[in-house]
Amino acid sequence: MYRIVSKERLAYKHTLFTVDAPDVAAKAKAGQFLIVIPREGGERVPLSICDFDRERGTVSFAFHEVGKTTKELGTFNEGDELFNVTGPLGNPSEIKRFGKVLCVGGSIMIAPALLQARALKEAGNEVVTVLACRSEEFLFKREEAEKISDRVYVASDDGTVGETGLDFLKDLLEKESFDRCTVIGPVVMMRTVSEMTRPFNVPTIVSLTPIMIDGMGMCGVCRVTVGDQMLFGCVDGPEFDGHMTNFDELINRQRSMLPEERLSSLLWEQKRGCRCGRK
Amino acid sequence: MEGNEPRRKRNDRSLDEDIPMPRQEPKDRVKNFDEVALGYTEEMAVAEAERCLKCKNPQCVKGCPVEVPIPQFIECIAKGRYEEGIAIIKSKNALPAVCGRVCPQEQQCQKNCIRGKKGDPVNIGRLERFLADWEREHGVKTPSRPPSTGKRVAVIGAGPSGLTVASDLAKLGHSVTLFEALHVAGGVLMYGIPEFRLPKKIVQKEVEYVQSLGVELRLGNLIGRIHTIPELMEQGYDAIYIGSGAGLPQWTGCPGENLGGIYSANEFLIRVNLMKAYDFPASDTPIRIGKHVVVIGGGNVAMDCARISMRLGATVCLNYRRSRNELPARREEIENAEEEGLICKFLNAPVEFYGDEKGWVKAMRVTCMELCEPDERGRCRVRPVESSDFDMETDTVIVAIGQTPNPIIQRTTDGLKTDPRNGTIIVDEEGRTNLDGVFAGGDVATGAATVISAMGAGKRAAKAMHDYLVNGNRGDRTSTN
Ligand SMILES: Cc1cc2nc3c(=O)[nH]c(=O)nc-3n(C[C@H](O)[C@H](O)[C@H](O)COP(=O)(O)OP(=O)(O)OC[C@H]3O[C@@H](n4cnc5c(N)ncnc54)[C@H](O)[C@@H]3O)c2cc1C
Ligand SMILES: Cc1cc2nc3c(=O)[nH]c(=O)nc-3n(C[C@H](O)[C@H](O)[C@H](O)COP(=O)(O)OP(=O)(O)OC[C@H]3O[C@@H](n4cnc5c(N)ncnc54)[C@H](O)[C@@H]3O)c2cc1C
Ligand code: SF4
Ligand code: SF4
Ligand code: FES
Repeated sequence: MYRIVSKERLAYKHTLFTVDAPDVAAKAKAGQFLIVIPREGGERVPLSICDFDRERGTVSFAFHEVGKTTKELGTFNEGDELFNVTGPLGNPSEIKRFGKVLCVGGSIMIAPALLQARALKEAGNEVVTVLACRSEEFLFKREEAEKISDRVYVASDDGTVGETGLDFLKDLLEKESFDRCTVIGPVVMMRTVSEMTRPFNVPTIVSLTPIMIDGMGMCGVCRVTVGDQMLFGCVDGPEFDGHMTNFDELINRQRSMLPEERLSSLLWEQKRGCRCGRK
Repeated sequence: MEGNEPRRKRNDRSLDEDIPMPRQEPKDRVKNFDEVALGYTEEMAVAEAERCLKCKNPQCVKGCPVEVPIPQFIECIAKGRYEEGIAIIKSKNALPAVCGRVCPQEQQCQKNCIRGKKGDPVNIGRLERFLADWEREHGVKTPSRPPSTGKRVAVIGAGPSGLTVASDLAKLGHSVTLFEALHVAGGVLMYGIPEFRLPKKIVQKEVEYVQSLGVELRLGNLIGRIHTIPELMEQGYDAIYIGSGAGLPQWTGCPGENLGGIYSANEFLIRVNLMKAYDFPASDTPIRIGKHVVVIGGGNVAMDCARISMRLGATVCLNYRRSRNELPARREEIENAEEEGLICKFLNAPVEFYGDEKGWVKAMRVTCMELCEPDERGRCRVRPVESSDFDMETDTVIVAIGQTPNPIIQRTTDGLKTDPRNGTIIVDEEGRTNLDGVFAGGDVATGAATVISAMGAGKRAAKAMHDYLVNGNRGDRTSTN
């Protein structure tokens, strides 16, 4: 069992947990993820590592309450125990001195993006961070981003905070040259940014989020096409070359269980509504 | 059952026939996930046991990879001495409830049984299962713990192979930590073999037994990531056993394989068995299955996927490259599956998958194959028949054409010797790898095989590990170096 040592509300439906998991904390690195099972019999959900403290033996992850399991996770509180936290999984990000790096985080993935930004900064890079969100109420960790980066841009889909949309990136890429770009966020955003950096030949790394079950190379549900190769998101990734990734296929595969996910989510909300279930 | 004449006197002719296993009727069982084979009653078990001729030089034992003393335990059944019988089996086989159910007995112990020359061989597996089930109902005895040797062993993978090594070494007084990547122990027994062939309760009982010997089980620990093998050595483990299985699915490589509705056998099995998707939405992990399922392959894994699909309400067609004679699945399972309504199409292979506008598979193109001369191993080769392609409608495809070892450990252990062709770890007869103190066995060393062979490898390795831990014996290291 893995105890939740702290629960932080980042924004509406965006939550960050820090859990006691010394062995995981000892090995965790930016770019890797965990598989979390809230309670016995529950689903295995992949969530990115967004912080770790090797001395205290804790790891943190943040989640957006979108479906049954993440909504259920949201009902857990400080002191509660999670059934299982497996990790660290996947390959760590390549962190070294590249020069000038554009680090884009979108939606809930702002949290793990900041871990990368910090590691890149510590490796001696000039780090320009972009925080992308739907609207102002979903923005979080802006101050932290400002502390760790050389410069921060904020963008929202509806323009309630910062730039409207990501089109400003085109100008930025025109004006300044970057040695590398890392993007972590919704798949559509990762595709958009990859398309923007392509004409400028900025090596672009995306962190893919296919459906996963085991997260250790056993089932193949996470397969993605990169270049002409079929690769497994969990063991070959989660980071891949954004200019080589077949995003359309990924989006399609992510949707493959949509009706079932909706049903599951609906049933859970119904049950919670009548308070006959847990809490 | 006729009358109350428990020890039926049978003439010699009827002794040629075995006592049939009671099973759920096909029309019922295809609607549930309960166990198909119901097990012998005491009466049946005794009657079957009495068929054994107690051979002086028992051929059956030679066919068993762990050499269970077969005539001895069968005699115990005939005499009603069940407790003694189960102890005899357990001296060689730590998981009799599992092996009695899933061993391919017709290719192993029962293959050479003298009774089989004239009639049915003695049903050794069913008798083994009978005793194991009897024991479970009457309380399992935990052996007393020997004094500690002070040696620490890490076992990686809680499949049949790792469980065997862990329990053998714990019984010898070593302190054993068993690392399992998944959130439950049991390996293929939990995630692969379906409930209706091997109830998961039974597997968990066996796992509890191993824990009761003092083995520390750490779930959710993927070795290679959370700890690497060299790190385990640094942490003070004196020896390591790698029993990580062959869990990496293989693909056909045909265009369209990434469409929705195309599952690897492993994904399908993990969803259904491990995550209990058959119970969705009462369980959280879903499975989407259409009306016309095609299973590609012909082994036990393919058969299990097919039988699950039928239970989920689909019509299922098995497409196999070779002919019925070459089907690698157990005969009993093929018969069971066909009784349940499986359609088999032989001598064809997929070439392409087609999707609908939503990216879900809707059809596949297959090409006909013909058998030609056997290869070095005596297995018939096949070649495609020219211009024989045809299309089949389908809405779900399950690819069950084999598994290879997961490469995570191999990639993170410098210098560990593996076979470049299939990624298996190279070991000697006793399971020694080329690295000092590191042993391996089961599917990770042999490629996908059987439960009992994985356990047999575990037994041999545990012996060699004990010798290494206590006497420092490193074996003759020329064969792996
Ligand atoms: C390597 C990896 C790392 C990940 N890291 C994180 C992370 O750090 N934080 C996090 O919140 N999620 C992360 N995800 C996504 C996360 O795993 C899913 O959101 C989660 O599985 C949802 O489970 P559920 O049962 O709540 O919803 P489901 O029932 O599985 O899905 C509900 C619906 O929401 C959609 N959906 C899924 N994710 C999102 C999203 N982020 N935004 C909007 N809609 C979405 C799905 O397509 C689906 O239709 C990661 C995924 C992978 C593969
Ligand atoms: C569907 C199916 C049906 C089968 N039917 C039969 C049958 O009827 N009869 C029969 O005899 N055989 C059958 N087999 C084959 C048999 O199950 C295997 O040969 C046997 O389980 C191999 O045992 P093992 O211990 O080597 O590996 P596994 O059972 O595969 O166990 C390996 C374990 O190691 C874990 N692991 C892997 N990597 C790591 C890591 N890096 N760190 C920690 N843990 C790790 C895995 O999660 C797994 O739990 C079947 C196999 C399948 C898939
Ligand atoms: S372990 Fe398997 S092969 Fe050996 S006697 Fe038992 S059923 Fe037969
Ligand atoms: S070969 Fe058959 S008859 Fe002979 S001892 Fe073995 S099981 Fe009994
Ligand atoms: S999640 Fe199963 S192989 Fe990647």
